[in-house]
Amino acid sequence: MNINVAIAGNPNSGKTTLFNALAGTNYHVANYPGVTVEKKSATIQFDDKSINLVDLPGVYSLTPYSLEEKVARDYIVDEKPDLIVQVVDASNIERNLYLTVQLMELGVPLILALNMTDVAEKREILIDIERLSKNLRLPIIPTIARKDKGKEELLKAITHYQANEKSFAIEDFSYGEDIDVLLEDLAKSIEEQGFLKDKYSSRWVALKYIEGDQQVLELGKNDNIKLHIELIGQIKKLTEHIIKIHDTNCEGAVANYRYGIVSSVLKEVITRKESAVDRIFISDRIDRVLTHRYIGPFVLLAILYFSYQFTFWASEYPVAWLESLFEVLATTTNNALPDGLLKSLIVDGIIGGVGGVLGFTPLILFMFFGIAILEDAGYMARVAYMLDRLFRLFGLQGSSVLPYVVSGGIAGGCAVPGVMATRTIKGHKERLLTILTAPFMVCGAKLPVFALLISAFFPGNKGFLLLGVTLLSWLSALIMAKVLGSTIIKGEASSFIMELPPYRFPTMKGLIFHSWEKTWMYVRKAGTTILAMSIILWGLMTFPQLPESERRQFEDQKTIIAKNYPQDIVNEVKEDNEELSEQALKLKKELILIDNQESQIGLRYSLAGRTGILLEPITKYAGFDWRTNIAIIGGIAAKEIVVSTLGTAYSIGAVDPEETGSLATQLAKDPAWDRGVALALIFFTILYAPCFVTVVMIGKETGSRKWGAFTVFGYTGLAFIVAVIVNTIF
Amino acid sequence: MEVNLRQMTKNQKGIILKITAQNELGRRIREMGITPGIELKMLGEAPLYDPIAIKVRDNVLTLRNNEANYILVRIEGDINEY
Repeated sequence: MNINVAIAGNPNSGKTTLFNALAGTNYHVANYPGVTVEKKSATIQFDDKSINLVDLPGVYSLTPYSLEEKVARDYIVDEKPDLIVQVVDASNIERNLYLTVQLMELGVPLILALNMTDVAEKREILIDIERLSKNLRLPIIPTIARKDKGKEELLKAITHYQANEKSFAIEDFSYGEDIDVLLEDLAKSIEEQGFLKDKYSSRWVALKYIEGDQQVLELGKNDNIKLHIELIGQIKKLTEHIIKIHDTNCEGAVANYRYGIVSSVLKEVITRKESAVDRIFISDRIDRVLTHRYIGPFVLLAILYFSYQFTFWASEYPVAWLESLFEVLATTTNNALPDGLLKSLIVDGIIGGVGGVLGFTPLILFMFFGIAILEDAGYMARVAYMLDRLFRLFGLQGSSVLPYVVSGGIAGGCAVPGVMATRTIKGHKERLLTILTAPFMVCGAKLPVFALLISAFFPGNKGFLLLGVTLLSWLSALIMAKVLGSTIIKGEASSFIMELPPYRFPTMKGLIFHSWEKTWMYVRKAGTTILAMSIILWGLMTFPQLPESERRQFEDQKTIIAKNYPQDIVNEVKEDNEELSEQALKLKKELILIDNQESQIGLRYSLAGRTGILLEPITKYAGFDWRTNIAIIGGIAAKEIVVSTLGTAYSIGAVDPEETGSLATQLAKDPAWDRGVALALIFFTILYAPCFVTVVMIGKETGSRKWGAFTVFGYTGLAFIVAVIVNTIF
Repeated sequence: MEVNLRQMTKNQKGIILKITAQNELGRRIREMGITPGIELKMLGEAPLYDPIAIKVRDNVLTLRNNEANYILVRIEGDINEY
């Protein structure tokens, strides 16, 4: 037997923790159809029964105005789960029961999981569960999801649930005499005409009409316009009266009565030592320091800085291990396959490309681990609180700081997890703006480009100049957010009201869950996207190949050089031993020089090279020649490619991004380069298209490929204009 | 004495009288538990003087100054000047 169960509840009520406790590791993450709201589901076995669990988005109410609320309500109405389990935060029971009342109005089968009973107890809030259950006529199971307590009992309650005839329905609730009378009237005509009856109860529709619920009004208008107008007319008559008597509109009056219902349900159920606002909890004491006017910002900076340092410190070795793993893989394949295109594709294209991006995985994992700590501990809400005023100047929200930092606000991050971290931002406009501007930050792959240009053209304190570039990125992101927010991204700034949840010690289980989930998403997305991109890029830089005659010329040159050396030295080089004699080393260097020349000519001859040359007449205004052009194009696949491609294009072989000394010298010597060009390229690199994995992630997180395309074409166009201006001035 | 929430000083308490916000803002305010008749305590301001933090029911909430303008509060007892 299958039971479909949806888990509902307020944000911060422990809903996700309870879901994880019930589902274990065996769950599935997807999005609700058509929106970017995460949907977790799992199927578990209990008492010979299959329970299909779905985690609904965390909401405070069931109005259809925020995306999450709409998703939750539509799921309940359209999918008609057999049972809803609402997670209720016992330490915050009044506001949580406000949602319960709305669920009861919908007339859905309901069980309450009274969660965090330990916190309530600690706060000396005593709840008479039996009495509450009787007052609400609902089964209530006390749980402590963080400690896995109450799980069995809850599952038992789910499998043994039977629709209780005595349970409250919307008919049992009173919203004051005036509204009740009208509700009765409206419900009658709705019932008679079968208005919207396939989805909702007549009284519920009537209540939603009184509340002015836009979704229901829209549905009603399409179902029966005549009745729709009639209902609205009837309500209008009452509205004036309500406003006069209750000093609020109908919607407000209904909400106030709902809280009234909550209070009456809680009568003699809840006892507390002191009034709710007078108690000073540990959390409040911590806040006195952590959000203090002068101390708070310093602590914030310190925490951001240290979580950053921690991420890099912790991931240093795992990243190195992964990188050497890919190196071993490359060497093995290199030795196993015969020279030729297939080998080049697998070693240079696939292993090089995918390895370069997947090698970052430990870094991403630790970064998400750090975010999870800040988030689960409750500190992220304080960050949003402290920085809101500042970020609002640019149309953003306090919560935007985290995605910025992760993307490389402190140089060295990655925009992919940065874009994923925007899920904590509440307002949709603010979230979109953050997603679109976070990629301007100095990510770990852009860093070598800046380091190269600085060391080649701007002698002086390198660290100081890099800081300058980082600040320039921040400025670009903030200005872009402001510009986008006041031009193409319309919409009201959303309201900021939010909870500052009590500080909690994060549980290891929760941290592992959260960081693993995100990391796995990165691996999946990056793995597949970058595989395709690596192959395409390899093709672009390899085909068409140099004509046979030219390639033979290089071979001939090598033969001539080899003839200058005795045969045993030539053999020594061929065997490719680790230690070579002085003579052999010299020969090897000479041969590599020829190889590098061949790669350079080959690159120039390839499709990528031809595109680079083709673009030269335009890009010369920014000071970019064909070599820079190829590197820039490669950078759209992954920014790591920029420096190594420049190396090939300057015939010094593919350059290791961490050791760019020789390339820097080469660039400094080149007459095509000067400070103006370098500065133009710095600006261009900050602003132009994000790497492809980021673009894909932007498409996914905004729910529209349009925005992904915008960052590719719009930003590249902008970057070019800025580069031209910079090159002209300097 | 009646003031709007924004005018309250740190640690001052009062009873919520009226929410004058409409539509989305009004809805958000109510669903977070800020409703007439409920006791409220001002906890303080963010470092840049905006937003503010308040305690309502069992909750610590934060809202911006321009949102606090819509919440009227009757201040209890002793504090007349601020």
